[in-house]
Amino acid sequence: MSDNVYEFTDQNFETDVQESDLPVLIDFWAVWCGPCKAIAPVLEEIAKEYKGKIKVGKVDVDKNQGTASRYGVRSIPTLLLMKNGEIINQLVGAVPKSNITDILDDIL
Amino acid sequence: MKRKVIIIGSGPAGLTAAIYSARANLSPLVFEGSQPGGQLTITTDVENYPGFPNGIMGPEMMEEFRKQAKRFGAECLFQTVEKVDLSKKPFSVWSNGKKHTSESIIISTGASARLLGLDSEKELMGHGVSACATCDGFFYKDKEVVVVGGGDSAMEEATFLTKFASKVTIIHRREEFRASKIMVDRAKNNSKISIKYNYIVKNILGNKNSGVESIEIENVISKKTSIFKCDGVFIAIGHVPNTKLFNNIIHLDENGYIKTLPDSTHTNINGVFACGDVQDSIYKQAVTAAGSGCMAALDAEKWLER
Repeated sequence: MSDNVYEFTDQNFETDVQESDLPVLIDFWAVWCGPCKAIAPVLEEIAKEYKGKIKVGKVDVDKNQGTASRYGVRSIPTLLLMKNGEIINQLVGAVPKSNITDILDDIL
Repeated sequence: MKRKVIIIGSGPAGLTAAIYSARANLSPLVFEGSQPGGQLTITTDVENYPGFPNGIMGPEMMEEFRKQAKRFGAECLFQTVEKVDLSKKPFSVWSNGKKHTSESIIISTGASARLLGLDSEKELMGHGVSACATCDGFFYKDKEVVVVGGGDSAMEEATFLTKFASKVTIIHRREEFRASKIMVDRAKNNSKISIKYNYIVKNILGNKNSGVESIEIENVISKKTSIFKCDGVFIAIGHVPNTKLFNNIIHLDENGYIKTLPDSTHTNINGVFACGDVQDSIYKQAVTAAGSGCMAALDAEKWLER
């Protein structure tokens, strides 16, 4: 995991995501998921570009099934955008970078 | 530097074209699109690509293709082409709002999963509806799912899903499968798989929060409809070529595939070539795509030297 992209787990999700002061972009992924690999570098770029404005992190669904099922994730990659503990937007699949930055810019 | 070759698409066809044109010192620029590596990145074992006697994982194979292309100087961008202008030379393509020009273009945009076309399918995509068993099967542990379709990919998805799901039902609109015998036998011999012949899906029921709850199916002979309970719906009813960018620009056949001149990869526009699934409605194999990618690179090279 890079310096800019956090690792969220079943254990730290509440403190690191739900109680975060910044909006959080969460990428649900797994090692066996091809499209997740495709989107990973985009998340890195976004984490760098939106540093201080949006917190970016990943949830490995293999290891954190509690969080995945709690948010009804049934397809990966799924990107959730959360603010004050609430889901405000959601993208499914390896979408182009501009689709992601559009939903981020909407709330900034 | 004047760019000689732009390749749109990064499956076996596009990356083979990249390997060949890079080795010919044409420094190709590859637009990888939204699914770098193409359709093989959402499959599991590739068992029929020559040279891999024990099979290879689709995503891994495409990573090797990519490395090979880059080794010879191909440049790969994880960007999607939004617009093309093929009316004058050099040709132009736009991605992320930026214009790139090139003397020749190789189109290898491939194909995407065909969907049923129901509103409920669109709404519940990612919430119980999926076109990719290998991506989403994991979320259906001990659940009951259906696979819609009757070709090789339907059989493969159904067999794969039995690793997770407690029950898999194949819904097929005909009496007979189009899939190859080895794939059908594999599915039929799996005790978790049952098959409903002569049924079509009329609607998918459920909501975004709780996911799919059931589907409405119709028997094509009796025309009777019924509700079939399931937690997930996997669509495997074939593919459509990704040619939206080229509508009214390049000659397409009645199904949307790019038409190429006989025994070549030339399209109706001089200097624009097409290879892989985007121009192949018949074979659609990784190895045939790679073969036509090679042809496109050689055709482009020859055309550039004209």
